[in-house]
Amino acid sequence: MEIATDVVVEAQGLTKQYKTSKGRQSQNKTVVDQLSLTVRRGEVLSLLGPNGAGKTTTVEMLAGFRQPDSGTINVLGGNPWKADVAWRSRIGIVSQQTPSSDEVTVEEVLKCQRTYFPQSRAVDEVLELVGLSEQRHQRVPKLSGGQARRLDVGCGIIGRPELLFLDEPTTGFDPEARRQFWDLIRLLAAEGTTILLTTHYLDEAEALADRVAVIIAGKVRALGTPAELRNASGSEATVRWGLGAEANEQQTSEPSSLLRDLLSRFDGEIPNLSISRPSLEDAYLTLVEANAS
Amino acid sequence: MNSTIPLFAKPSLAKVSVARGRIEIRSFTRSREAMLFTLLFPVILLLLFGTIFGNEEIQGVKYAQVLAAGILASAVASASFLSMAISIAVERDEGALKRLAITPMPRAAFFLGKILMVAFTSIVGIILTLTVAVLLFGVSLPSSPGRWLTFLWVTVLGITACTLGGVAFSSLIGNARQAGPMANLPFVVLNFASGIYISFWDLPKGMQILGSLFPLKWMAQGYRSVFLPDTFVSQELANSWEHGRTALVLCAWCIIGGVLCVRTFRWLPREK
Repeated sequence: MEIATDVVVEAQGLTKQYKTSKGRQSQNKTVVDQLSLTVRRGEVLSLLGPNGAGKTTTVEMLAGFRQPDSGTINVLGGNPWKADVAWRSRIGIVSQQTPSSDEVTVEEVLKCQRTYFPQSRAVDEVLELVGLSEQRHQRVPKLSGGQARRLDVGCGIIGRPELLFLDEPTTGFDPEARRQFWDLIRLLAAEGTTILLTTHYLDEAEALADRVAVIIAGKVRALGTPAELRNASGSEATVRWGLGAEANEQQTSEPSSLLRDLLSRFDGEIPNLSISRPSLEDAYLTLVEANAS
Repeated sequence: MNSTIPLFAKPSLAKVSVARGRIEIRSFTRSREAMLFTLLFPVILLLLFGTIFGNEEIQGVKYAQVLAAGILASAVASASFLSMAISIAVERDEGALKRLAITPMPRAAFFLGKILMVAFTSIVGIILTLTVAVLLFGVSLPSSPGRWLTFLWVTVLGITACTLGGVAFSSLIGNARQAGPMANLPFVVLNFASGIYISFWDLPKGMQILGSLFPLKWMAQGYRSVFLPDTFVSQELANSWEHGRTALVLCAWCIIGGVLCVRTFRWLPREK
C-alpha cells in the first residue's frame, strides 16, 4: 500500500475490547471504538481526554504492543504488531509505568539502553536534555517520582526516534520540571521528531500541540489546532463588569461595540471589567459534558 | 525506494548481551534480598545442619561431607531456579519486561544477559559453599580430573535445567509481592524430597519418588559422586552413581523447561 510520505501514523477504524468479569459473567467493554487518526511527519499531536477514554490503549496499539480487534494501522510504513527490530529502532516510547526497583544508577540504565539503538545519543547529552545530570550516579529506586519519569523520557529519546510516543509524560513533575520538559519537546519537535503526546493537562496540550485530538469513550470527538477547537465551542466572548448587585455578564459576538457602549455609559473607570474568550478548557469541558449524556 | 529510511545498522547481539549481563549482575549484587535468599541461604543451612549433625558418620564418611555435596546442588539450583523465577516474575509485574520488549533490543540478548547473571551467581555460590565446606567441615576437594569433569557436566546441565525451569515457573507467579514466597515453596519442598538435608536413602518411598522426578535430586547425587569416596556408592539406592541416568534426567528437564519457556513466556504483565 502506498501512503503519502508526510503521513507517519495512519489508523482507521481501530476497535479494542477488554473482557471484564463480574462474578461468573464476563462482559466485553469497548475501550477504543472505531477510532481513526492521522499523524503528519514533524507535527506534535496531542491526544486529550478524560481518564479511561482509551488514550493509552490507542497508543499501545499504535506502538505495537497491543493488537487491535479490528481496524488497520500503518506506522512508519509498517504494521506495528508485526514490527521488526529495524522498525522499533525508529520509534521511542514513554509509557505509563511503575518505576523499576532494580538497584542500578541512572547512568547505568542509559548506558545499557543506548546499546539497543543503531544511532543513539550520548549518555551525557541525554542526561543534560532531561535534566538528570546531577542524579547520574543515583540509584533508580531513590529517584523522586518526577525524576524517575524524566529517566523514562531519557530512555525514550536516547535512540533518536523519528516518532515519539509520550503517554502522560509529566505525571508527578513539579511546575519547573514541566516547563523544562516542554522545552525539551519543543527542541525535539524542532529537530523534526514527530510526537504523539497523551495528556490530560489542557495547558500542556495547548502549549505543545500543533493539533489536538479529543478522545472520549474511545472515539475522536474533535480534532484541530488548539485555536480551532476553542472557536468551535462558540466564538462569543463574555464581557463582565460591575460589582456586587450591579454585576453584569453578557455574551456577545461583537465585544468591541459593547465596550464602546459601556465607555459612553460610565464616567471614568468601568468597575471590574473583563472580556474573556472561550479557553481550550471551556471547549474541552463542553465536549466532555456533551458526550457524557 | 523510500530514501527517508536510514540504512539500518543492527546493534551487535554480543555487545547488547554483555551490556544486559553487566546491568543484571550489578542489580543482583546490590539487592540485599537477592544476595541473602539466593546466595547465602544455602550456606546458612550448611552451617546449621553441619554444626548440629556434622560429626555423625555414614559408612565412615562424616555427614558434613554428604551434606556439603547436597548443599552445593541446592546452591546451584538457588542461583539458577530461584533467582530466575523471582527476578523475571518481579520484572514482568513491574513492567520492566514490557519496557524492554518495546525497544529494538534483540530478544535473545535479554536471555543471554540472564544467563551471564546466572553463570556469575552460580560460580559465586559454588565458591562460597566449597569454601565453607573445606574450611569449617574439613571437606576434601577431589584430585582426579575425571571427578572434576563430572563436576563440570553436572553443573552445566543442572544450571541449564534449573534456569529454564525458573523462567517457566515465573509465569505461574501473579505479582511481584508473591514472587519470593511462591518460588521458595516448591524449592524448599524439593530440597527435602531430594535428600539435601536428610539423606535421600532415609526418606519415605513417596518422597523419594517425588524427588526423583526433578533435577535437584540428580544434581546432588552427581555431586556426591564427585566429593565422596567410591566405596560410599553402596549407600545409593541403585548401588551406583547412575551417571547415565543423571545426564538423561537433566537433559530431559532442559527440553521440558525449554518448551515450557517458549510456550509460556510473556513480556507483558498480567491484566489487572
